[in-house]
Amino acid sequence: MESMVAIRGLCKSFGPIRAVDDISFDVRRGEVLGFLGPNGAGKSTTMKMITGFLTPSAGSARICGHDVAAAPVKAKARIGYLPEGAPAYPDMTPAAFLGFIADIRRVPSADRARRIDFAVDRTQLRNVLHQPIETLSKGFKRRVGLAQAILHDPEVLILDEPTDGLDPNQKHEVRALIAELAREKATIISTHILEEVDAVCSRALIISQGRVVADGTPRELEARSRWHNAVTLILPRARLDGLRAALAGCAAVASVEDGTADAGLARVTAFPRVGANLIAELGTIGRDPAHAIEEIRVERGRLDEVFRQVTGARTSASARAAA
Amino acid sequence: MIQTLTIFRREFSGYFATPMAYVFLVIFLVFAAALTFYLGNFFERGQADLASFFMWHPWLYLFLIPAIAMRLWSEERKQGTIELFLTLPIGLGQAVLGKFLAAWAFTGVALALTFPIWITVNWLGAPDNGAILTGYAGSFLLAGGILAIGACISATTKSQVIAFVLTAAVAFVFTVSGSAIVLNFFSGWAPDWLTEAIRSFSFLTHFNAMNRGVIDIKDVFFFGSLIALFLFANAIVVDIKKAG
Repeated sequence: MESMVAIRGLCKSFGPIRAVDDISFDVRRGEVLGFLGPNGAGKSTTMKMITGFLTPSAGSARICGHDVAAAPVKAKARIGYLPEGAPAYPDMTPAAFLGFIADIRRVPSADRARRIDFAVDRTQLRNVLHQPIETLSKGFKRRVGLAQAILHDPEVLILDEPTDGLDPNQKHEVRALIAELAREKATIISTHILEEVDAVCSRALIISQGRVVADGTPRELEARSRWHNAVTLILPRARLDGLRAALAGCAAVASVEDGTADAGLARVTAFPRVGANLIAELGTIGRDPAHAIEEIRVERGRLDEVFRQVTGARTSASARAAA
Repeated sequence: MIQTLTIFRREFSGYFATPMAYVFLVIFLVFAAALTFYLGNFFERGQADLASFFMWHPWLYLFLIPAIAMRLWSEERKQGTIELFLTLPIGLGQAVLGKFLAAWAFTGVALALTFPIWITVNWLGAPDNGAILTGYAGSFLLAGGILAIGACISATTKSQVIAFVLTAAVAFVFTVSGSAIVLNFFSGWAPDWLTEAIRSFSFLTHFNAMNRGVIDIKDVFFFGSLIALFLFANAIVVDIKKAG
């Protein structure tokens, strides 16, 4: 598959501060890249460089083969961009605003009405089409920004926090929309909502302090978690001691932790030793009626834990270096 | 070119989407008329010309044009829409030109709405309509010059107040640079060529020349190159400051 977004050694310094430090990656057609990172990690700055708003201090960004610095107009024409905060002209109505975007992006007049209708329908703006944007709620403003980004059917979609400020129903709609559009496009979304990565991203990139600290599919990242392949058992509190003894005798178990328990029930999580297949070992314990296990489940691994691990470790390491 | 026109249309209709356009037009027309008739003694002079009308334009523009120019770029920066605007597939030159032309056309509308005074003077006497036309052309060029300065300054700041005050100050210096106050300040120590150069930048000198009914190519060239220079600077400032 062709690489539609090619980022090579991108750097950005603001005075002495290095906001983005040597970031490289590719996004192919059909791929949805999730850009993760703590606030101030450099997600937005990177997106601003890819879309040609900021000039990189070093490195290059190519969109469908067009270098953003050398051929900005050609590169920008292929991008649909939702900037951070979804800015739009407050005194315009969504109808006038989308009309302006269609004109300036030179959507052919034969397609114009159809494209605007598509964007309006998919972002559910029909009811507010003729109200000034400044009077709209945060969720509507965000959707106006989204409509603007998908209006010209771009090959590359770059969305900075597309679901920020939306209610759960709207979030679901927007994720479904991204998933549907993404099949034909190369998409980059930034978010700090980890469930979003699971829901829409085919690949996740975790950035911390301007550097890429993890890169992989959500599954691969989850596998880096301590929780990956751990087994959680739920049983009556009265049987807890018996189970602990049984787990202690199992060679595949590295450690055991108690979790939060409901009334009368206890939750125990067993963590595997490296390379051990814990669920196979625990199958016999689970079936033993003496423990009266109510539920047994294999953990997938926790993205939020991996996130903290890769972004937090670096912070404490640099804090130690500074001390 | 098409995109410059698209930007022009959006910006131009933007003036009329808010009360700003109407406030501006009313204030401009009321002041222009009041100054002409009361301070300019339009009737008492007993002459069929619009000298007493045009003579006030530089002073009116000094505070009205910065009010139009101040929002051109600083508002985009403040609202964050500049990020949207500059990631559209348009050249920076088209963006700068489209915004400027819309603002300039708006001042043109204000100027055109003073037509009753032209009717009045034609009804009262037989004025030299050629001179009136060059007066209007001079006034329009002067407005464009101050607008270009204001557009450039507006790009340097997120604060419209700062943009307004700085533009008014710079425009004031340009306006009076031919006057004795400014020239005396320099003539004592500066070489003659510098004093002459400062005098030649005077808005009043170039504006008054056109008011006399003569379109001198050098006056048109002065305002034209002034506008071009400041729009070029405008594009550079936008490019440098857009991140901040």
